[in-house]
Amino acid sequence: MLKIKKLHKSYKMGDSSLHVLKGIDLNIEKGEMVAIMGSSGSGKSTLLNIIGILDEHDSGEYSLDDVEIKNLNEKLAAQYRNKFLGFVFQSFNLINFKNAVENVALPLYYQGLGRKERLEKAMFHLEKVGLKDWAKHLPSELSGGQKQRVAIARALASEPKLLLADEPTGALDSTTSTEIMQFLQQLNDEGRTLLIVTHETDIANMCKRIVKLKDGIVMQDKNIKQVRP
Amino acid sequence: MFRFLFDFDTWQELSESLTKNKIRTIITMIGVWWGILLLIALLGSARGIENKFNVQFGDYATNSVFIWGQSTSMPFKGYQEGRAPRLKYSHLDKINNNVQGIKFLIPRNQRQSQIVRGVLSSGFGVIGDFPLLDKVQKKNLTSGRFINQNDIEYTKKVAVISKDAYEQLFEKDENAIGEYIEIDDINYKVIGVFKQGNFDFGGQIHIPFTTFQKVYNQGDNIGWIMVTGKDGYDILQIEKDVKLTLKNLNFVHPDDNRAFGSFNLGELFKRFEGFLLGMQFLTWFVGIATLIAGVFAIGNILLITVKERTKEIGIRRAIGATPFEIKRQIVLEAVILTVVAGIFGIISGGWILMAVDSAFGQGPDSVLVNASVSIFIVFVSLIILVVFGSLIGLIPATRATIIKPIDALREE
Repeated sequence: MLKIKKLHKSYKMGDSSLHVLKGIDLNIEKGEMVAIMGSSGSGKSTLLNIIGILDEHDSGEYSLDDVEIKNLNEKLAAQYRNKFLGFVFQSFNLINFKNAVENVALPLYYQGLGRKERLEKAMFHLEKVGLKDWAKHLPSELSGGQKQRVAIARALASEPKLLLADEPTGALDSTTSTEIMQFLQQLNDEGRTLLIVTHETDIANMCKRIVKLKDGIVMQDKNIKQVRP
Repeated sequence: MFRFLFDFDTWQELSESLTKNKIRTIITMIGVWWGILLLIALLGSARGIENKFNVQFGDYATNSVFIWGQSTSMPFKGYQEGRAPRLKYSHLDKINNNVQGIKFLIPRNQRQSQIVRGVLSSGFGVIGDFPLLDKVQKKNLTSGRFINQNDIEYTKKVAVISKDAYEQLFEKDENAIGEYIEIDDINYKVIGVFKQGNFDFGGQIHIPFTTFQKVYNQGDNIGWIMVTGKDGYDILQIEKDVKLTLKNLNFVHPDDNRAFGSFNLGELFKRFEGFLLGMQFLTWFVGIATLIAGVFAIGNILLITVKERTKEIGIRRAIGATPFEIKRQIVLEAVILTVVAGIFGIISGGWILMAVDSAFGQGPDSVLVNASVSIFIVFVSLIILVVFGSLIGLIPATRATIIKPIDALREE
């Protein structure tokens, strides 16, 4: 489903350039739950940004659901993001003047759905994350775990092929973290493909496969026995 | 493309981003509000002055000049200076033939007389006139008619009197038409009553020219003439030519400037018109310049707002908003800000005009008349606002989309 071959990326820093990704090879099949691990500077965020079509790679191949991602203009990139990908961020990134259900409905707004249909779908996903009764609450009135669940509902709203989570538990306490991970496992059980970037071993162990990055290359790629809390 | 305008979310987001910082939004709008207020108030006042001016000159063919005989200041062809040249009825044809561009040439005779009706009497200027006068100096008749050709041919003893004269000679609500008044011991039948304009020189009572000639034994003499130019002819040149012809006919030295007196209404009118034009230009200039300053203030504030919303814009783009959709929203914000501020400006400008009108626009001696702006101008200002608003909105909108979503998300 996701195919990456000899992916390179470097950033220009004044006169010199910083080679961040030095030939990454990675294949992810439908229904996998992959953790990408690595210390800071290992290139995991860069990789996630490229996979998330938020950034462009310099050379190599990247295809998503057999569509090659290369030289996209901003408009096409936005449409692919909307169609293929769901994002979950460490800091939730909800829009703070919109209530929960409106936040969830936002990707659908950009898909061009009518308001009624949007809100119905958003309600459905909100119910799935167990926050139906909190639909009218603003993000500021929700706890961290609730916010992240709203964010997950938003990521799911556009029915993406791949769910990308960047340190989804980074801002949460351990109990809530476990809850969120449990929920993500549940989504995986339903057949969704998940890619989770983390530096916590506990979190990585709850996935089915761990890819370790170091200095811009894949150090280790192994399937593990999933830890079920 | 414009479907988004009917979407609830578009307007919700608009009101969210505008009401998040109310004070800033209001201060932003003050610039445009003030600009359009100035534009409306100034244009309205200029219009009021113009209206006043039109009322003053309204009934007149404004490209007119009045000419009368005075006395010579130079001896010429054996004649001494100090002679009073006379205007003659028989000269009119020659003037008409010699001078180009004359539309109407109207001779008038005038004197001060005692008017009597029963026990009431009063002194008024009496003028002998042709029906043509009505064409040049539109008589605003409240009842009856003006002198006609028949009156001229049969030297009828009829009179058209001013409202002033009517009020002095008749009882209130009394019908004047068909009644008789005595002018210098001769009975005249009143055939019309008119309301005086601002430039009705001399006369309150009009009688047929021929009647005046006969009764007062004028023979060929004329008191003064009114000359009206055709469109496209310079009234100053016509004045010069007529005077020269008159000087010729009366054996007056061509350089004798005192022999004939004149009053050039056309020249005065032109000067006023130039003044009005200048005023209007200034008004538009000042108004639009202020407006532009106001619109720039809005662009400036939106630029800051965009900077503050970088992260939100990043989120939107991460979940699928295209740059166009982001731009559209910000441009719409700019347009709404300018238009709403503009509408408030138009309304308060209207209030100012109402205040100006009630302070300076009442009564016959008012400075201005009906200070107002037309729907057309309001419409044009709104169009200008929408255009300026969208143009200025493009600056922050472009800036918002230049930021890469990834950079926007990183911003804390």
